[in-house]
Amino acid sequence: MNNLFVYCEIEDGIVADVSLELLTKGRSLANQLGCRLEAIAIGSGLQGIGAQVFPYGVDVLHLFDDARLYPYTSLPHTSILVNLFKEEKPQIALMGATSIGRDLGPRVSSALTSGLTADCTSLEIGSHEEKKENKVYENLLYQIRPAFGGNIVATIVNPECRPQMATVREGVMKKEIYDANYKGQTVQHEVAGYVSNTDFAITVIDRQMEKSKSNIKGAPIIVAGGYGMGSKENFQLLFDLASVIGAEVGASRAAVDAGFAEHERQIGQTGVTVRPKLYIACGISGQIQHIAGMQESSLIIAINNDPNAPINTIADYVITGEAEEVIPKMIKYYKKNTK
Amino acid sequence: MSLKIIVLAKQVPDTRNVGKDAMKADGTVNRAALPAIFNPEDLNALEQALRLKDANPGSTVTILTMGPGRAAEIIREGLYRGADNGYLLTDRAFAGADTLATSYAISMAIRKIDGYDLIVCGRQAIDGDTAQVGPQVAEKLKLPQITYVEEILGVENGKIKAKRRLERGVETVEGPLPMLLTVNGTAPDCRPRNAKFVQKYKHAKTVTEKQEADADYTDLCNSRPYLNLPEWSVADVNADVKACGLSGSPTKVKKIESVIFQAKESKTLTPADDEIESLMKELIANHTIG
Repeated sequence: MNNLFVYCEIEDGIVADVSLELLTKGRSLANQLGCRLEAIAIGSGLQGIGAQVFPYGVDVLHLFDDARLYPYTSLPHTSILVNLFKEEKPQIALMGATSIGRDLGPRVSSALTSGLTADCTSLEIGSHEEKKENKVYENLLYQIRPAFGGNIVATIVNPECRPQMATVREGVMKKEIYDANYKGQTVQHEVAGYVSNTDFAITVIDRQMEKSKSNIKGAPIIVAGGYGMGSKENFQLLFDLASVIGAEVGASRAAVDAGFAEHERQIGQTGVTVRPKLYIACGISGQIQHIAGMQESSLIIAINNDPNAPINTIADYVITGEAEEVIPKMIKYYKKNTK
Repeated sequence: MSLKIIVLAKQVPDTRNVGKDAMKADGTVNRAALPAIFNPEDLNALEQALRLKDANPGSTVTILTMGPGRAAEIIREGLYRGADNGYLLTDRAFAGADTLATSYAISMAIRKIDGYDLIVCGRQAIDGDTAQVGPQVAEKLKLPQITYVEEILGVENGKIKAKRRLERGVETVEGPLPMLLTVNGTAPDCRPRNAKFVQKYKHAKTVTEKQEADADYTDLCNSRPYLNLPEWSVADVNADVKACGLSGSPTKVKKIESVIFQAKESKTLTPADDEIESLMKELIANHTIG
């Protein structure tokens, strides 16, 4: 009872990175709270899941294995979580802010009338005082998230309702093995006791999942472009530079919205969080929502024709000029000085 | 078959083009500096609804929005593009609602609307980016949901088929009506206003707006019932006031801070050849690249 639960996303028998990142965070929060870390795996052919999650410090793994539970559909996964949470009464439940977690989380929170905070960028434990009621709550989950297009950061708490639910985007938390030999317990649940046949209302007729085209999350060098690149054609310059120096190409939300780059390249609060050793920002003004997703880069070069662009304040090198002029020179002098 | 479609739409501050004056000195948001717009993905949702209406003669599209009095503008914008009618859910008791209290209020209003086959809304609103209200409304009404819809492929024999756009691919799914769909920004843009509908509905007003209009306007409204936009309060939709607004919200905002990033000491360069070359040499020498 009152433990911390993480919903694990599974594709082709592999636990998603975002879930492993949440298990890592969940383990440290559970240690702080003195409770157990429990993982939930719902799908089909789950025998390999234990070996993947126990090293992250999972004490209990709940398995729901049934051919009808893969691929994911909203209703049966919701029913399982709702019924399991009614039995187990977790204090905290975490899931990825992915197209699955953001489909599932709100439904579960509505059914349990518990609060859910989307896209948290930080999770902490702390106390909270409700002054009107003169009540102090200890050990609440602080759900910290940007709001209002990233212009403010809000700390959200759920004083009364349980579980305290939060979703977190991929790449925001760091994935780290807790103990390679950690031993947890596996509970194999009887699926029929948790779902009803009417839950299988939605049929997945066709599914085309592709391996991600870009790997910006783990890339040591990122060349990113913003709206200031001006066009999709100019974005090609970024790919040219990236291929020469061995980088991945990223983009700001404005550039993605303008159609210069695919959504999976988006860096920032509503995209991916990155921590490369070198980040070259081209034509990016540096809205807060973008900076939040790349500020931990070791070295930042900003190329912008506006000397007062906000991104310049966090850059190590500021090149004031047109990216179309600077990038070809970077390529030229990189080639000239390497063999 | 003809369909009764409800589109959930929200008026939002335009957070995408936030200028320097959008934040006040004390770190709070200066709402006056941000224009109020039709939430972009709700427009994508409206377009999907209008396409279904075009393909299924006899169908109706109803706009439902919740917000302050000025949110009536959203209903008019919907009417100008081809919606048939709309409701404004407005009450001081809704203030401070989190997503759960919001979805409760909306679900109660939907129960009051006379029947529906399909509820369509944007995936998320740009002021909160939570994507929670759609699925929570579906849960409150015990409806199945299809989220992240890029295209409705058709409605046949009481079933709807739709293409979903996910992070790493696409899915085609099918499910029974009634159903709730949330629509992505990758779906086609909404059609522009239609001049004929603008002519027809430009004087459409809520009760509150009518009180501020001049007298001869009353006669116009009385002779054309479609110009009266219904306004609903907590009581009108039979909602429990304790489940609305701040008191109905399990999540509480503990603290709000404006975002300040640690400024670094930076070196400024020009695009001159020698400066770019020396930068590249430095990056190569310290093994940052190469």
